[in-house]
Amino acid sequence: MSTATLNKTVEEKMALAFDQLSGQKNSNREEAFRDFQKLGLPGNKSEEYRYTPITRALEKNFNFEQQSFAKSTITSVEEFLIPQLESNIIVFINGIYSKEFSRIISPDTEIKISDLQSSLENKEALPYFDKYPKTSTDPFVALNSALWQNGIFIQVPAQTKVVKPVLILHVNDAKSSSLVSHTRLLLVLGESSEFTLIEKSISIGENPIFHTFSEEIIIKENASFDYVKIQNDEGKLHQVANTLINQSSVSKLNTFTLTLDGALIRNNFNIVIDGENCESHFYGLYLLKGNTVADNHTVVDHLKPNSFSNELYKGVMDNNAKGVFNGKIFVRPHAQKTNAFQSNRNILLTDTATINTKPQLEIWADDVKCSHGCTTGQLDEEAVFYLRSRGIPLDEAKAMLLYAFAFETLAAIKNEVLKKYLDGLISKRLNK
Amino acid sequence: MLIVKNLKAKIGDKQILNGIDIKVNAGEVHAIMGPNGSGKSTLASVLAGREEYEVTEGTVDFSGKNLLELEPNIRACEGIFLAFQYPVEIPGVSTVNFMKTALNKIREYRGLSSLDAVAFLQLMKEKMKLVEIDQSLLSRSLNEGFSGGEKKRNEIFQLAMLEPKLAILDETDSGLDIDALRIVANGVNKLRTKNNATILVTHYQRLLEYIVPDFVHVLYKGKIVKSGGKELALELEAKGYDWIKGDLALAE
Repeated sequence: MSTATLNKTVEEKMALAFDQLSGQKNSNREEAFRDFQKLGLPGNKSEEYRYTPITRALEKNFNFEQQSFAKSTITSVEEFLIPQLESNIIVFINGIYSKEFSRIISPDTEIKISDLQSSLENKEALPYFDKYPKTSTDPFVALNSALWQNGIFIQVPAQTKVVKPVLILHVNDAKSSSLVSHTRLLLVLGESSEFTLIEKSISIGENPIFHTFSEEIIIKENASFDYVKIQNDEGKLHQVANTLINQSSVSKLNTFTLTLDGALIRNNFNIVIDGENCESHFYGLYLLKGNTVADNHTVVDHLKPNSFSNELYKGVMDNNAKGVFNGKIFVRPHAQKTNAFQSNRNILLTDTATINTKPQLEIWADDVKCSHGCTTGQLDEEAVFYLRSRGIPLDEAKAMLLYAFAFETLAAIKNEVLKKYLDGLISKRLNK
Repeated sequence: MLIVKNLKAKIGDKQILNGIDIKVNAGEVHAIMGPNGSGKSTLASVLAGREEYEVTEGTVDFSGKNLLELEPNIRACEGIFLAFQYPVEIPGVSTVNFMKTALNKIREYRGLSSLDAVAFLQLMKEKMKLVEIDQSLLSRSLNEGFSGGEKKRNEIFQLAMLEPKLAILDETDSGLDIDALRIVANGVNKLRTKNNATILVTHYQRLLEYIVPDFVHVLYKGKIVKSGGKELALELEAKGYDWIKGDLALAE
């Protein structure tokens, strides 16, 4: 009972924060907040958040009574960028878009970047906005839809290849106090366009941060989208990232989610394949240490026939770290000739590290090729001894084996500079 | 070079080695034969430092150092090499990268500078010829999907690359057809010098037709029960291991 009472308190505090939005309130936000209130924060019995104690963490660390607009003291974002990578840079600081630090270098014939709120007001973004997030199914999707502060609307015109990627930096500066922020992205890739998006979160300071980020991504026919998410926060970040991708026919999608640090990370990754002859690759790698909890919930929903999806998530858990993987694949009745594959592989380095993994396959069509599998184990001692017997010290032998295990997940990264950077992050973590 | 005295070892509660004495000098080839379960592979593993085995008694001196105190990788740096009976498959690590790391670790230990990519490739080409192994095999993941013969050849290739003082070949002949056996044996013979030594652990005399030993020891129930020259191997082949067991039964 005590938990339920506490939950109510947090939710009531959130209601106060919602009331303070006043001028920004509209029917979308109100409906979303009603959904949030109906769902409540996930309790101990919540199937979808069973292994991720997010409600407890929120109760303990945050005061939600008002939207915080904490000031940041940072003077540069240079150190957070990806070295040598020529990219457009979009910076959010504590949930607010920073014009000062953002930098768009691609011509506006290639890419249109605008403020989401204004694009809703002038109705440009309306046909796409809030079409896919189901606020009635997840409390954090609902919460973000109700409370988002700033957002970005990116449009890639049809038949356009955006040469330079866009890097979105979420900087959360909790140096002076705890921080709550909610940001948003709406991305529309026009027919036959090509685009690469990189997203990175940065935490500053010792105080706890709660950040929700919802992104709606619409990939029109024959377009190609590469997406990399880097979660490498050393602060006390609690993050729920809701990614909703909708694919039309003959589109291509490659994603890579790298999770290295953070207090509690939850990625809700939903892909709807609403077209034929689509090709989709989803890779994930979580290399966790300390007390980090990282939870990847993915849904791949095949609505139409003749598409291909392949999902590979791998994890290495050290110390007391906890990994969660839940992968659902739906193949709807009309989606004949679907090829859908999923694999989740884990290595536990200590007795106190844990992984909860659950693949779920639901197939209504009868002419499909689908498979899923998950494994969990320790490092192969025999392989470690083999390397050591050739002169390689224990730590390096372990790092070599873990790197070999992890490297496969970088398969879809085409940008060499980006790949080298990711490779460096992975090596650094494994050779600690 | 290697002096083993009264070596006793167990795995779990099972005593496997019951007091081994053996002395190997530079330039010598020793064969250790014996029936299944006699402790041959255990001896090889204990010398290489496999941690499942617990040494309960005895000493092993390797070129003046107490071998039993050294980590497996330091043993390798000091010049011990174990060719595995069952080489491990390691997906994602190519033999080339693995050997480059290993060789440079050993060179570093010995106070030599690291080999650069060019020098390394040159050395590799030279050693590849010696064991008749193809470069395409070495670019692939270590032993992954290799045939039994390819794995054993890869072991000998690594032996050639690392140039140890003491090579311990654990049943390197098992699972090899006659051509592969000849290639492997040729490789080992070419690598022999007056400064290094070889211990061949084998069940059969067949390998000893290609690599001629200076000494043959027969291991039975964790002890060396008979030692002799190469003719001992032939005698064993003719009379079978029952001959040894019978002799021992009589003696008891």
